[in-house]
Amino acid sequence: MKVEQYKILEKSKINDFINSLISFSKVAAPVYKGYNNYAFQEIKSADEVSLKYIPTIIPPKKYFMPQKETLLKFDVNEDLKIEPVVEYENLVLFGVHTCDIAGIKCLNMVLSDKPKDTGYLIRKKHITIIGLECNDYCDEYASCSFVGAHIPTTGYDLMFTELSDYFIVHIHSSKGSDIIEKTGLFKPAETVHIEELKALRNNKLKIFNNEVPTERRYLPDLFDRSFNASVWKELETKCLSCGNCTAVCPTCYCFDIKEEVDLTLKAGERYRVWFSCQLDPFAKVAGGIDFRRERSARQRHRFYRKFRYHIDRYGMIFCTGCGRCSRTCMAKINLKEVLTSLIKESEAKIWRKWL
Amino acid sequence: MAQVVIKDSPYNLKKARILDIKSLTEKEKLFKIAFENSSWLDFEPGQFIMVSLMGIGEIPVSICSSPLNRHYFEICVRAVGKVTNSLHKLNAGDIIGVRGPYGNGFPIKMIEGHDLLIIAGGLGLAPLRSLILYAIDNRRDFGEIHILFGCKTPGELLFADEIEEWSKRLDIHFACTVDRADPDWKGNVGLITSLIPGVDIDPARTYAAVVGPPVMYKFVIKELLAKGLPVDQILLSFERHMKCGMGKCGRCQIQNLYCCKDGPVFTFKEIMDMAEAL
Ligand SMILES: Cc1cc2nc3c(=O)[nH]c(=O)nc-3n(C[C@H](O)[C@H](O)[C@H](O)COP(=O)(O)OP(=O)(O)OC[C@H]3O[C@@H](n4cnc5c(N)ncnc54)[C@H](O)[C@@H]3O)c2cc1C
Ligand code: SF4
Ligand code: SF4
Ligand code: FES
Repeated sequence: MKVEQYKILEKSKINDFINSLISFSKVAAPVYKGYNNYAFQEIKSADEVSLKYIPTIIPPKKYFMPQKETLLKFDVNEDLKIEPVVEYENLVLFGVHTCDIAGIKCLNMVLSDKPKDTGYLIRKKHITIIGLECNDYCDEYASCSFVGAHIPTTGYDLMFTELSDYFIVHIHSSKGSDIIEKTGLFKPAETVHIEELKALRNNKLKIFNNEVPTERRYLPDLFDRSFNASVWKELETKCLSCGNCTAVCPTCYCFDIKEEVDLTLKAGERYRVWFSCQLDPFAKVAGGIDFRRERSARQRHRFYRKFRYHIDRYGMIFCTGCGRCSRTCMAKINLKEVLTSLIKESEAKIWRKWL
Repeated sequence: MAQVVIKDSPYNLKKARILDIKSLTEKEKLFKIAFENSSWLDFEPGQFIMVSLMGIGEIPVSICSSPLNRHYFEICVRAVGKVTNSLHKLNAGDIIGVRGPYGNGFPIKMIEGHDLLIIAGGLGLAPLRSLILYAIDNRRDFGEIHILFGCKTPGELLFADEIEEWSKRLDIHFACTVDRADPDWKGNVGLITSLIPGVDIDPARTYAAVVGPPVMYKFVIKELLAKGLPVDQILLSFERHMKCGMGKCGRCQIQNLYCCKDGPVFTFKEIMDMAEAL
């Protein structure tokens, strides 16, 4: 922790800071929507922002990979005209939790893998991420420490951490330090501040303890043993196949590609929309064959896609522990409970082998 | 919201003109295609392209011509739905959009110097035709070549003229079968698996390339293993739902593999322990 990379903002000045951001950029931040729901949306004043919030209904993924995104514009009128396009805008995202930053890192991994998703990369370049550290769990659904997303590491421009009567701010990019200079509200941090941050993080290690009765590093082995676990069969009868769990997940990026034509039927656009492995036509091919017809297979795919497959592909777990899938599921399928059942089932099997 | 054109988008299309269309069966047509800017499609047998009809949609289709042909390429399309039916309505001279090639294709450098056993079920002959034509064009690089082709009825026989030629060649062993014969049919009747025990191959020296409908694989693999073929010399090409063709949309995922990027061609060894592959 180099003290030069840290700044201090008095708590009383946080609204001035946000309003100053608004004065020179479009800003999106968590806003309370009622019934314990929050959403990232554009704000016009600091008063709208909720500094204490549980993960928003939809993660900030929506700014990086919009629900609907134009890929091509075409016009078949004269000679077929085809133009690949990207839509972007300058945006400051304020108040992003570390779990959601982890989610953006997952998107980044996939979309900057070859061939690069040029549209995503352009859009990302225009977004500034200002993080906000959680000092405690948001609620009982979170499993951010299990996946290691509860302490800020990388993936942001600035990171705000609330301490006694001030925020300590880590500057992680030149975009971030530009903002610090522009707003002119910050003081240099001193060693005492760094010490206080260290104390907070040490305390976090105590209060953020493992939410699932195993360790992250055992996940590959656990999942290698669990493909035929009865846990999946149990989900078969529970899951409604509604796809909510994937729609709200910050690491789900699967999509469909569709087209829309104007009234002349000659010109239009091709776009992509979020799609879900839980929904029916996802894996169907010509001839009506569905490679994941059963709900058990679809739920299993969802879990393996988070905790196993992408370790092979990208060396990363694709779950940020945000808890959104469990919070939103009408059938009350709970990610932490599913993992716990898997562990129990797998342990039972191992013991049986020894007896 | 600013909108800009990005020429290097992986979704960009190349304009291609249909040079010729030939009806092969009631449901299948062969399209001869060339790029408008006279560049050529550099591909390997077994690879596929994404074909676009603007305003209608985009689909993955195997390239079925020889990769040595620099003037045009061919695809064979079965009319099953929206895009494929619209393709069937096009005429020579019409323009389509193409991106690709995608996927890994058959490992030609590995196969060369070996015997080749081709097993095609129905439309599976399309990607395999590319491999067959390549092998014929480079006949001396391959040992024995066996081609087994099976389809449901004689009316569904693809590339009938070429099949006739292949069956006459002395340097190729060709056998064909139909599930259900008609009165004019003089050849074999029965599933494609029934042809395998009869082919005379040296399993250690042979690569088998198999493409067909999903149900076919399990049975064919069983026969090939019974023949003594090593698991890493059985090559299979899979069909999955594909939208992006480049490992992003997640549609074609088979466990930890993307069929579009890691495949569509896999060795049996690679996928034999994967429950969702077969
Ligand atoms: C690697 C690969 C190579 C292929 N090669 C050929 C070929 O050489 N010749 C050929 O005729 N067909 C080929 N296909 C199948 C072809 O892509 C589908 O028949 C086509 O996408 C159907 O499109 P449609 O709009 O006409 O059908 P739709 O009206 O969209 O649907 C009809 C049926 O086709 C399925 N389907 C739709 N889109 C796709 C898709 N993108 N991928 C797979 N299935 C889909 C649907 O689930 C539905 O069951 C190939 C598929 C793959 C994955
Ligand atoms: S797990 Fe829950 S949210 Fe996900 S598809 Fe099933 S019912 Fe819907
Ligand atoms: S799987 Fe659930 S907990 Fe994990 S990142 Fe997705 S929504 Fe959040
Ligand atoms: S087709 Fe999109 S991931 Fe394979």
